[in-house]
Amino acid sequence: MSDPFVRVRGLKIGATVYPPGEKPHDIEIVHGVDFDLQKGQVLGLIGESGAGKSTIGLATMAYGRGGVEITGGEVWVNGRDILQSGLRDVRQLRGAEVTYVSQSAAASFNPAKKIMEQVTEAAIRHNKFSRREAEERAVALFTKLGLPDPENIGNRYPHQVSGGQLQRCMTALALCPEPDLVVFDEPTTALDVTTQIDVLAAIKEAIRDTGVAALYITHDLAVVAQVSDRIMVLRMGDMVECGPTDQIINAPQQEYTQALVSVRSIKHAEQEPTTEPVLTVRDITARYPGTRYDVLRDVNVDLHPGQTLAVVGESGSGKSTLARVITGLLPPSGGSIDFAGRRLSPTLAGRSLEDLRELQMIYQMADTAMNPRQTVGTIIGRPLEFYFGLKGREKQKRIQELLDEIELGDGFQDRYPAELSGGQKQRVCIARALAAKPKIIICDEVTSALDPLVADGILKLLLELQKIEGVAYLFITHDLATVRAIADSIAVMYQGKVQRYGGKTEVLSPPFDDYTDLLLSSVPEMKLGWLEDVIAHRKMESAGN
Amino acid sequence: MGQVATLLAQRIALSLLLLFLVSILIFVGTIILPGDVAQSILGQSATPEALANLRAELGLNDPPLTRYFAWLGGILQGDLGTALTSGQDIATSIGTRLGNTLFLAFWAAVVAVPLAIFLGLLAVRYRDRWPDKLISAVTLASISIPEFLIGYLLMYFISVRLGWFPSVAMTNDSMGFWDKLNAIALPVMVLTLVVLAHMMRMTRAAILNVMQSAYIETAELKGLSGLDVIRKHAFPNAIAPIVNVVMLNLAYLVVGVVVIEVVFVYPGMGQYLVDHVSKRDVPVVQACGLIFAAVYIGLNMVADIVSILSNPRLRHPK
Repeated sequence: MSDPFVRVRGLKIGATVYPPGEKPHDIEIVHGVDFDLQKGQVLGLIGESGAGKSTIGLATMAYGRGGVEITGGEVWVNGRDILQSGLRDVRQLRGAEVTYVSQSAAASFNPAKKIMEQVTEAAIRHNKFSRREAEERAVALFTKLGLPDPENIGNRYPHQVSGGQLQRCMTALALCPEPDLVVFDEPTTALDVTTQIDVLAAIKEAIRDTGVAALYITHDLAVVAQVSDRIMVLRMGDMVECGPTDQIINAPQQEYTQALVSVRSIKHAEQEPTTEPVLTVRDITARYPGTRYDVLRDVNVDLHPGQTLAVVGESGSGKSTLARVITGLLPPSGGSIDFAGRRLSPTLAGRSLEDLRELQMIYQMADTAMNPRQTVGTIIGRPLEFYFGLKGREKQKRIQELLDEIELGDGFQDRYPAELSGGQKQRVCIARALAAKPKIIICDEVTSALDPLVADGILKLLLELQKIEGVAYLFITHDLATVRAIADSIAVMYQGKVQRYGGKTEVLSPPFDDYTDLLLSSVPEMKLGWLEDVIAHRKMESAGN
Repeated sequence: MGQVATLLAQRIALSLLLLFLVSILIFVGTIILPGDVAQSILGQSATPEALANLRAELGLNDPPLTRYFAWLGGILQGDLGTALTSGQDIATSIGTRLGNTLFLAFWAAVVAVPLAIFLGLLAVRYRDRWPDKLISAVTLASISIPEFLIGYLLMYFISVRLGWFPSVAMTNDSMGFWDKLNAIALPVMVLTLVVLAHMMRMTRAAILNVMQSAYIETAELKGLSGLDVIRKHAFPNAIAPIVNVVMLNLAYLVVGVVVIEVVFVYPGMGQYLVDHVSKRDVPVVQACGLIFAAVYIGLNMVADIVSILSNPRLRHPK
């Protein structure tokens, strides 16, 4: 075999950190990573946040984000060590030989410039093509990537196309200068699942047709299994395991990889509703003040005591709005909500303290849901004081009980949120909600910002607490794997309406309506060739119609 | 385009309303000031009859509301009234002087605005390195020294010692274009130094703010050079705040040049205003006040319009 196109040896990357109350100091975030990449091959980099995968990807362009600096090792691209090259030479490499696709195309496109200008800029700048040639090439790429109206889409501004389309434009931007290597940094993570599958298929086809080498960075093993030839598993800046995709998925050697592959192992059997529902939502219609468009239309759902209703849907489906209506933050324009045998006032001001106490909420961003200047003890103690008037030793005792329940144990009372990990923060938020002894907790995308293993722990904890406390969850999520793991009943929402509603088994079993079918079949599965199967299946179906 | 047209119409209507309110404020302000115009024209030794006659003649006995609308109606027809002290038509006197002031402000702007923006770009390009610090230090120093002092310093060194430009910026209609430019060289320099720092620092801050965006990283990863990244990708997104501060400074160049005009004996609006304030010539003060307000409001309106037009989301709705 010829020399690999990319050869990385002993790559070390450091960064300067500024911890609160301490002196800034340097830390190492990647501790000597080796890999090779041949032309036309795709290497998947996978790991949780902080594993160093993006940092390693950007190192192939000799780029460090923010205060990140490459401190050692070799990065050979096209027969030269780019870490030894000057800035001028590195600029010749960036945008010509190696290009980059970021997670958020919406943020990575300049809002003040037309898409075409941005897609062709690098190719023209590096004299790879004339402007006319580059534009022709861009149109060809737009066509290949399945963008609508490929002749004219380049004349639009970034805000004039949808998120999924923009992500494909970003791929076109990366492929336009005919690079030898493309770094894909979580290119589908920010997309809805039904959009993700199209973008993923478009990217895979483009990689195959252009014969470009690619680094595919993601935290989602099921996604990376669809596009990669080989996978490298990273953890805390170290390589855990590297091998062919088939081996990593089906026969992982390391314990950590095995945990990643078997994540979402929670088995929760559906419970039948036994008693009267604790929450009854009837014919709810709602719109935001000053708009003329209903965000929710005739929503009907029930939630039974001690059970979990999963409200699932893509962005804009109205699922978070439903939570706002139930909590009273957005008074509905029609319909009613019954809670624990009484009619709830539509407005927050009209609700009693008891209503407020029995209906608690946990948010996606645990970070912003806590006062950074209060200790964990103060945060959890606040509802104890407010609702139950607990003070002194009694309060301390209860706080400690709650901390034990969320498995944080001693020594956490005096810590500040900034000193906790993402999973620990979410646990504190759960404890704060539990402190009120609620009948219902509304969980709004509570695991979406967490790494898979951490999210798994949170879900297990929630199920555990449900058994002990008998609390019901209204669980809002876009993630069907989470729904499968914990729901008793499911409401699928689409464009403000409940598309499908019933027990978990019923909702997840055929026959499906069109939307639920599309949604369920778009969730990546951890097996090779899944993407091809789905795409082929869909093509066949649309040909049949 | 519908949305943009509505926004622009709103801006313009708001500016006109503001100007109307300012006209009330100016009028009320000048009549509640103590003192009597007739007295100051005729002097301390005037007889009561002469004073009463003059008051009647000037319309000072009419109720304020009548006087205000008579004044406003005149202005709308281009009649600013006559100066009490000299009896000359104010519109004619102001015409040439406003022309002179605008001439000076225009050339100061032509030098200062591009220079400030260029220095701002340069400061971003070399941020926290010596060129940035040097630019910041020099412009800050120049804004901290009072403008009349800078004026006299430049006069002494450039005009007296080096003999390059005249120290007095007297111009008249018989002078040619280049003679005029030569005459105003020193005041232009002083004004440039005074407004440079503000514009340059705002440009620097606005662009640095944009430099945090993800699309700047995209541009860097395309292999663009540092200055290209700033010029092509950061600057177009920083236009709105930059135009705002530029317009504020242009307004200052027109409205705030009083001191400089006096220092350089330049026949502009500022000198005219100062002369007539000391003579308590109310119609002239009112007219000048209104014109300054119109310039200020007009330039800020332009800034608003530019920032609306520079927003691609408004210019190209979905």
